[in-house]
Amino acid sequence: MSEPLLGGAVKTESDRPEQILRPGNTNCGGCGMSITLRMLTHAAARQHPVQLVIPACCAIVAPGQYPYSAYGAPVVASTFGSAAAVASGLAQVARMNGEKTRVIAFAGDGGTYDIGMATVSAAAERNEDVLYLCYDNEIYGNTGGQRSSATPFGAATSTTPYGKDILKKDILAIMAAHRVPYAASISLAHPEDALRKMHFALESAGFRFLHVLSPCPTGWKAEAAEGLELVRLAVRSGLYPVYEVFGGHRLVINIEPEMSREALEQYFAKQGRFQKSKVKVEDVYESIERAWRDLRGLAALRQEG
Amino acid sequence: MTIELLSANHAAAMAATLAGRANRTGRGFGGGVYPITPQSECIELLCRQKFEKGEITRVESEHSAMGVCIGLAVAGARTFTASSSNGLAYMTENVYAAAFYRLPIVMMAVNRTLGPPWNIWVDHGDTLLLRDTGWIQLYCEDNQEVFDSVLFGYRLGEDRRVLLPVLVCQDAFVLSHTMMQIDVPAQELVDRFLPVLDLPHRVAERPVTIGGLDFPHETEVHRRQHAEAIARAAQIYGECQDEFERVFGRRPADRIVPYRMDDAEIALVSMGTTAATVRTAVDAARARGVKAGGLRVRMYRPFPERELKAALARCRRVAILDRDISLGHGGVLWSETRGVTPRDAVVQNYMLGLGGGDVRPRHITAVIDDILGRAEAAEPMIMEVA
Repeated sequence: MSEPLLGGAVKTESDRPEQILRPGNTNCGGCGMSITLRMLTHAAARQHPVQLVIPACCAIVAPGQYPYSAYGAPVVASTFGSAAAVASGLAQVARMNGEKTRVIAFAGDGGTYDIGMATVSAAAERNEDVLYLCYDNEIYGNTGGQRSSATPFGAATSTTPYGKDILKKDILAIMAAHRVPYAASISLAHPEDALRKMHFALESAGFRFLHVLSPCPTGWKAEAAEGLELVRLAVRSGLYPVYEVFGGHRLVINIEPEMSREALEQYFAKQGRFQKSKVKVEDVYESIERAWRDLRGLAALRQEG
Repeated sequence: MTIELLSANHAAAMAATLAGRANRTGRGFGGGVYPITPQSECIELLCRQKFEKGEITRVESEHSAMGVCIGLAVAGARTFTASSSNGLAYMTENVYAAAFYRLPIVMMAVNRTLGPPWNIWVDHGDTLLLRDTGWIQLYCEDNQEVFDSVLFGYRLGEDRRVLLPVLVCQDAFVLSHTMMQIDVPAQELVDRFLPVLDLPHRVAERPVTIGGLDFPHETEVHRRQHAEAIARAAQIYGECQDEFERVFGRRPADRIVPYRMDDAEIALVSMGTTAATVRTAVDAARARGVKAGGLRVRMYRPFPERELKAALARCRRVAILDRDISLGHGGVLWSETRGVTPRDAVVQNYMLGLGGGDVRPRHITAVIDDILGRAEAAEPMIMEVA
């Protein structure tokens, strides 16, 4: 298993001259979105001018107060549900003018799973030339930690104080069902796989969807330093499947889970959000197994492009 | 120039097409579009047009229609969309956003009753809902005015001293589905009238965040700049009229349009097609010796306060005809216009044609008779016309 080199801070010759998220941003320590943007900086090397569209979410508070911006790329701050629509417009103008600009919609789970769902779905159906990246911290983080349809079973939030009793929405299956050129989940604990996918998504044309499980120490009530360890546990246990789907058809599992009950137990134990509901491994293990049976079945069925 | 028989919906689409093509040497043209009765014919015609550098995006909602326009416009393209009624209500969040980003988007709105219950006929309540969004609002009386106002809207909104979106409003069915002769100018003339859009704050490669985070003081400054820009639109309006006349040989109407107001003692203030009916009733009143006059508010935002005040200065009686209702406070046009009427005048609000009731000259005559018999104003009145 590969670790992020020096915490992902290594700069290479092919990097953009400027980080996409520069120092001086207001993110919490241990924020998965910060790590995601750092990886995106590596992936969007010098040859890619990028434009970001960011709806209401932590990432639009991150750059700080007008007129300052901690982003090292141009950003349009869109309304909450509109990132995919605004990005469609930017991408069209770039295309009409023969520009190589990669337009990235960068949204949280609220802006993707919930309020932006119709807009994301429509942009995917139109196969807009947009890379849509959802950093999923499984919570409305910016508003103080309310539940979203990405909040997992058993997690307490400010609006599910005793723990959510519904499974989270399967966003990657939904997006892949749009038969977009590329849809993949990314583990921040597996940077080589993550960077490869980001790079591939940036190079590809049409609508591309990347899903990132993004640790949120504040909302998850977990140690800031343990974010990547939590992601690793989610992957090892099978709770967070890491795979990619090409054209809504060929499905490739990228990281084999150990289906480890112990990892899942640790995942729950290390996060305060799971303590109220006292959620146990057996409460969710069956749903994880079922999801993996489906995934393996699809991967076997859809080996050909 | 050719004369074509067009509905106001098609007139708006043709004007948007010509304006879009005029930006072919710039960043291009586009728009997110979504159908709603009675606007759909506009976007249908737009979707049949060919653009050298432009594309229309068929989206899943009005909210995204404006979202796509925002993305296009912030990247420097010329943009158009159209909507109506509940569609505008659904779009509202992004309507505000478009103005706050200072993007010169032009939208045609067919005025239609808000529901449920569903009612597809004319009522101004939908665009008046957008009164405070920071858009320029123009209300039209005939199809040529709709056509001209779309072109005019780009010229005015894209002016560097303005940089604001423009809403061109027209009455459902009365105009939207009624064919009239339209003078459609040649592309070369439109090219001359509409220089290529050069948005000073367009997103390119400079790492700025557009629409990020304001603290109170920044918002105070942004609102002041916005208020000053929309106020400037009133001044620049005249320049745009001059330029329009120089290129096309006809002059768009002023911000307010008086009819037989010079010696009028009774003024009838209205917007949209009601004003045409008012003219007929004014002529009839004059024939029986009643000194009536009509006053149409064409530009509603920025509000032509000074012009209205001057036009109404000598009137003893002012009837304000609203095709809308602010539930709990009478008509919207009345609540704003009564502030500029002479202190001793009888100012009465008549809400008529709500929900698309057919406003006929006899209804306006009834208004004139009513206000003639009043010693003082009563509460706002809903006149049934249907």
